Amino acid sequence: MAAGAPMGAGTSSHIYEGNAPRLMAPSWIFIGFFLLAPVIMMAVYSFLTKEFRGGVIWEFSLAAYDQFFFDRGLFGDEPPSIEWTYIGIFWRSIWQAGLATFVCLLIGFPTAWFIATRDPQSRSIWLFLVTIPYWVNLLIRTVSMKFLIRDTGPLNEFLLQVGVIGEPLGLINTNFAVQLGLFYSYLPFMVLPIYAAVERYDFALSEAAADLYSGAWTTLRLIILPVVKPGIIAGCILVFVPSLGAFLAPDLLGGAKTFMIGSLIEEQFKGNAGNWPFGAAASMILLTIVLCILLVYARNQNKTEIR
Amino acid sequence: MKKLFATTALALISLTVGAQAEGKLSIYHWFEYIPQELLDKFSEEYDVEVTMDTFDSNEALLASLKAGKLGSYDVAVPGDYMVEIMNGEGMLDTFEPSELSNFGNIEDKWLDVSFDQGRKSSIPYQWGSTSFSVNKDVYGGELDSLSLIFDPPAELKGKINVLDTAGETLTLASLYLGIPQCSSDREQLKELNALVQSAKADWASFGSDVAKDVLVSGDAAAGMIWSGFSAKARGEGANIEYVFPKEGMIVWMDNVVLLKDAPNRDNALKFMNFLLEPENAAAVTNYAQYTAGVKGVGEFLLPEVANSPESNPPADQKGEFVQACPEEVQVLYDAIWTNLKK
Repeated sequence: MAAGAPMGAGTSSHIYEGNAPRLMAPSWIFIGFFLLAPVIMMAVYSFLTKEFRGGVIWEFSLAAYDQFFFDRGLFGDEPPSIEWTYIGIFWRSIWQAGLATFVCLLIGFPTAWFIATRDPQSRSIWLFLVTIPYWVNLLIRTVSMKFLIRDTGPLNEFLLQVGVIGEPLGLINTNFAVQLGLFYSYLPFMVLPIYAAVERYDFALSEAAADLYSGAWTTLRLIILPVVKPGIIAGCILVFVPSLGAFLAPDLLGGAKTFMIGSLIEEQFKGNAGNWPFGAAASMILLTIVLCILLVYARNQNKTEIR
Repeated sequence: MKKLFATTALALISLTVGAQAEGKLSIYHWFEYIPQELLDKFSEEYDVEVTMDTFDSNEALLASLKAGKLGSYDVAVPGDYMVEIMNGEGMLDTFEPSELSNFGNIEDKWLDVSFDQGRKSSIPYQWGSTSFSVNKDVYGGELDSLSLIFDPPAELKGKINVLDTAGETLTLASLYLGIPQCSSDREQLKELNALVQSAKADWASFGSDVAKDVLVSGDAAAGMIWSGFSAKARGEGANIEYVFPKEGMIVWMDNVVLLKDAPNRDNALKFMNFLLEPENAAAVTNYAQYTAGVKGVGEFLLPEVANSPESNPPADQKGEFVQACPEEVQVLYDAIWTNLKK
């Protein structure tokens, strides 16, 4: 038995007293092994000296961060100025992920609302339908999307046959295709948390608002949104964060013409460049951005709870 | 308890059944490069359980081995310059010619190669070339120059796929400009940078593993591609022609190497010897549609493979092996590549 904890002292919470370290152990091991250890390793590698063609030399160096932020010209002998290459790649990825999140929200919110307002039996069927695409691997789904929208694919063939368009739409290898891929990949991550929030919403509140002559828009803004906000924020984070690091959609649907954060990092480990410290540094910078976003979210959450 | 005993016994039985094969062989290979039947044949003949992982570029192979996979594979199939790099990194084991009874089957011209003098760690797998193919339905003009990729005519603009590896794409660009490989001359590198920057506007996509698919589907009307892969695309119905550019093309040879710390060295050597058997080398050629570096394959080759236009360049065709550049030069090419994709 656990040491020190007085047993049978009344409320059930006493059972856990003193046992806390043991009960926490699995989560600490999990966090330590799967989260802290890799992140620490990445942080250490980002401050090491690169070895030619991959690998590191165990000597402290700031070269990776220097390369990220400062431009010394192709031959490295010009006076340093701000390096826009990588900031540009990050900015493009953030913009893409943000847009995908916005589109997912636009479609996901009404979908979640629709499901949550069905009768309880059919809700589970609708939820089931939303998750069906997830039975198939992301890679396969992305490739299938490519087959669908390519110039010789069924979508274009059909539109050409019907006579809606005179020549193929040219969707493949565009930013639109990347957006489509991200939207398709992550939509359920938006729908499910919002659904969970809307399901808890007491529709009597809407009725009360209507009784007090509140219009639909005002009800949505002042009554519904504050209540389902945590679900919306959770959905946005769940879509935004993986979209930020996505490289399947940009590679397969966007034609790999421009680096996204994910492919830039991949190139440092797998490609010609073979610059591990730089890949680690770029990952650290990405991690910092994501952490900042999550911190802002956590702050907001706390504020709402205090109120 | 009884149940536990029963499951344990079952597990033990299945373990022994699984371990019945004489031994194992772990291969690290390119994608779509060896017929499954040939692996099965080896597996059966020598009673060896074969597992294979695949990679899609020489650099990916190196990265994976560097990241800790060395010691888990027995053989890998790097291209010429990568054999040299891997040897320099100490990733290769050596063998004596006497350990391979079929060593004498290696064609003489592939015996004393610059990337592995005297074939101490490697044997030839297949050789071929890297150039590009053009869809003849889309473009009817003359097919003889790399300008079709780097300064394309109107019909091909926006319909070109290029290989997604800096080594091949920048080397073909250098050939087009007549710049020597691994050049560190400022003016030449600036010229190279400017060329790929301007050409990129006319390119639809970057992709290596999709190089065949985009030509077959019609997503691309022209695309950089390896000779045998282009022959396969033609076989799948694409009306394309593989171009032998007057500026030159890349010639390469892939080689089976014996990896250092191979867990099954004996089986690795058996496999290499097996691949030097003319009939088996021909089976690879019939599948991948490149050319074997092994004597006596002729009688086993399918006529359409032996006579394929992709594998039979004109006698005066210029070709170069890709060179491994020293670090201070390689970083310049890496910078041009990153700059191209930023």
